[in-house]
Amino acid sequence: MFAYIVRRLALMLVTLVGISIIIFVLLRVVPGNIVDILFDAAGFVDPTDKANLEKELGLNLPIYVQYLNWIGGLLQGDLGYSYVSEKPALQEILPRIPITARLAALALLFSAAIGIPLGVLSAVHQGSRLDYALRIVSLSGLSLPSFWLGLLILMASVSLFGSMPIYNPNPKTWTEAFAIYAVPAMAVGFRSAALTMRITRSSMLEILRQDYIRTARAKGASEASVNYRHALKNAILPVITVIGIEAAFLIGGLIVTETVFNIPGVARFLVEALRWRDYPIVQNLVMLIAVVVVVANFTVDMLYAAIDPRIRYGD
Amino acid sequence: MRSVQALAVAALLLLPAYDVASAGEPKQGGILRMYHRDSPGSASIHEGATYSINVPFMPVFNNLVMFKQDVPQNSVESIVPDLAESWAWSGDNKKLTFKLRQGVKWHDGKPFTSADVKCTFDMLMGKSQQKFRQNPRKSWYDQVNEVTVNGDYEASFELKRPQPALLSLLASGYTPVYPCHVSPAEMRTKPVGTGPFKFVEFKANESIKLTKNPDYWKKGLPHLDGIEFTIITNRSTAILGFVSGKFDMTFPTEVSIPLLKEVKSQAPNAVCVVEPINVSTNIIVNSSSPPFDNLDIRRALALVLDRKAFIQIMFEGQADIGGTMLPAPGGLWAMPKEMMESIPGYGPDINANREEARKLMQKAGYGPDKRLAVKVATRNIPIYRDPAVILIDQMKGIFIDGELDVVDTAQWFPKVARKDYTLGLNLTGNAVDDPDQSFYENYSCGSERNYTNYCNKEIEKLFDQQSAETDKEKRKKLVWEIDKKLQEDVARPIIFHGRTGTCWNPYVKGVTVMVNSSYNGYRYEDLWMDK
Repeated sequence: MFAYIVRRLALMLVTLVGISIIIFVLLRVVPGNIVDILFDAAGFVDPTDKANLEKELGLNLPIYVQYLNWIGGLLQGDLGYSYVSEKPALQEILPRIPITARLAALALLFSAAIGIPLGVLSAVHQGSRLDYALRIVSLSGLSLPSFWLGLLILMASVSLFGSMPIYNPNPKTWTEAFAIYAVPAMAVGFRSAALTMRITRSSMLEILRQDYIRTARAKGASEASVNYRHALKNAILPVITVIGIEAAFLIGGLIVTETVFNIPGVARFLVEALRWRDYPIVQNLVMLIAVVVVVANFTVDMLYAAIDPRIRYGD
Repeated sequence: MRSVQALAVAALLLLPAYDVASAGEPKQGGILRMYHRDSPGSASIHEGATYSINVPFMPVFNNLVMFKQDVPQNSVESIVPDLAESWAWSGDNKKLTFKLRQGVKWHDGKPFTSADVKCTFDMLMGKSQQKFRQNPRKSWYDQVNEVTVNGDYEASFELKRPQPALLSLLASGYTPVYPCHVSPAEMRTKPVGTGPFKFVEFKANESIKLTKNPDYWKKGLPHLDGIEFTIITNRSTAILGFVSGKFDMTFPTEVSIPLLKEVKSQAPNAVCVVEPINVSTNIIVNSSSPPFDNLDIRRALALVLDRKAFIQIMFEGQADIGGTMLPAPGGLWAMPKEMMESIPGYGPDINANREEARKLMQKAGYGPDKRLAVKVATRNIPIYRDPAVILIDQMKGIFIDGELDVVDTAQWFPKVARKDYTLGLNLTGNAVDDPDQSFYENYSCGSERNYTNYCNKEIEKLFDQQSAETDKEKRKKLVWEIDKKLQEDVARPIIFHGRTGTCWNPYVKGVTVMVNSSYNGYRYEDLWMDK
């Protein structure tokens, strides 16, 4: 087990180095840099001013030197300076992380808290009206884009309550504080909840047909005990995998949700930074996301062993 | 020195300018909440070329002179003193001298003097040690030889030749006076001004906050305690925020005509106005690239335009047809209607125009069996893309098959500056409704923003002639002549001049939306809230 963990950690490191190279190169392959964009706003390019600015930002250096400078700084905890705000990148990124983390955690919680029980319900009542209704709900969750759903929620709350739950850095009440995260989390988590529900349902249906479930019933176990103690425990593995993958995919959903609900989180910041070709911000943020994804995958793999005693990672 | 006693005259002319909404004794206090359409790249007005910077940061500064904030139409007559108490032109109109206000302090407590004026304009002219990262309006000061000072409270602009338009350029929201003792880098992140509001913070993609300057040199102003801009890039969210009462006012001139209907239906009490923004939508033709090096094909392009169709589709009829200069009544320099309609392509008979266009195309060797395939390059944002699509449709009638070539925003201006296009659709904004700003920038030989390579030495002489002309009526006639010639030469066919909306809640008083520029009306010192 120890050797396996060491191997996984080494693989994580190699993956992150690979990602850093890909991000760095791809960013520079995309046409235009911050200097082009600044001059674009001015409507013309003064070659001397442009060259001076490129020199000031270090964009005139060979690409491998720029890469080594970035990685060298990263290893020392120096993420560089944002080209746009001219503030340290760390100072720009850090305050936004808790905002997105809260939103993502709530979305995942929503996804699991709604998706798993409804998936179980749908499976144990297979073929019933309830099953059909839940399957329609899950299909709509998979097909509705989160930005559209978000806008719909905003429009409904304006028209029904005369207010809207967009981000407020200083909420007056705890309900407002909860609403500014919970509502967007629901909008973005709806898709994940639908997916979780479908996976739970199909996984449960497979398990419920197993011999040991029949045996449990024959022994006189209650339906709740059969469904939750015997079936769900074994059906949960693929669900955990999906939730792990969803955690990684969530960032895509959060970009639009943070934009629609005007939440100043990491995801929206990343898009804005990309628009400005603010390399220090984009590189470091994508690396951060890559670390989160790699760690989430690692955690899921470790969870398998904890949940299912049959799984053992050999040396 | 011939003194021009413009101040008293201007003051008399402009006395009744407060609008009905602002009638009554202004109340003090309150924070004005407004959404901002995007996160500006910096807080430095001099280094920006978008009104996304002017709107939140103009209240931090003062100019030497400014366009009177409660007069909708910017003109020489509406220019009032700001940091300058008065101004005077020399007898030969080659020296403009400003007497500066005494006792004015920067927000950090340091005194404002003529050295700050010299510093600011030396930097703008590229003559100082300190440099801006970018200096998009350097050409505004091409006729200024140098800025001199006489003591702490007098500064003069010495010109190469008379240029009456200089005063208007100095009155623009784009021309604040910067402090000498604060570096350009600091001005991009923590601007220091002398204006009615002090800078508090700018959180990128989040908010911009300003607070009242209690030591403002205009006693009793500003009325507001502060202004808070929440940055909302999603237009639907922003409008919903306004409708739900989260904001007192929309971002100025940012509400499109279709959205305006939504606002009025959901917030019937909101006060909304639709005004020209002095931005023209135009066709750029690379006249050095075949087949558009053929004047007949360029003329055919100008003749095919059904301008009313563009305006109907995009603005539900609420936009204007004109030449280079903004049409009346908002614009000051537009050709008379009869003169404009005498230009090929501007006449009311679209079918006749198109018939003539087809003949020109056939003369150039094109017809139903030999159609001209061309890429229509444009920036990948709706206000560019939408008219480009309509243009492609209209060109079909004269044997031109256009293909939309959308270009990423970051690449758009570098691409057109390289002349790496054949046919394109572009938008041209004007910060000041004055021919000097428009003609030199867009049509002068060798100008960086002359994207079409148009170069006509005869017209160039006329540019200088109108620029130096001090008689306004004579200048206006020269401008009409130039504008007509530019359209006849198909230098950059103008399709239309757009209009947009601004809305605010009825308790916000003293809002004036400028009608011939969207860059100059954001000092906000007179705004107050009746609640």
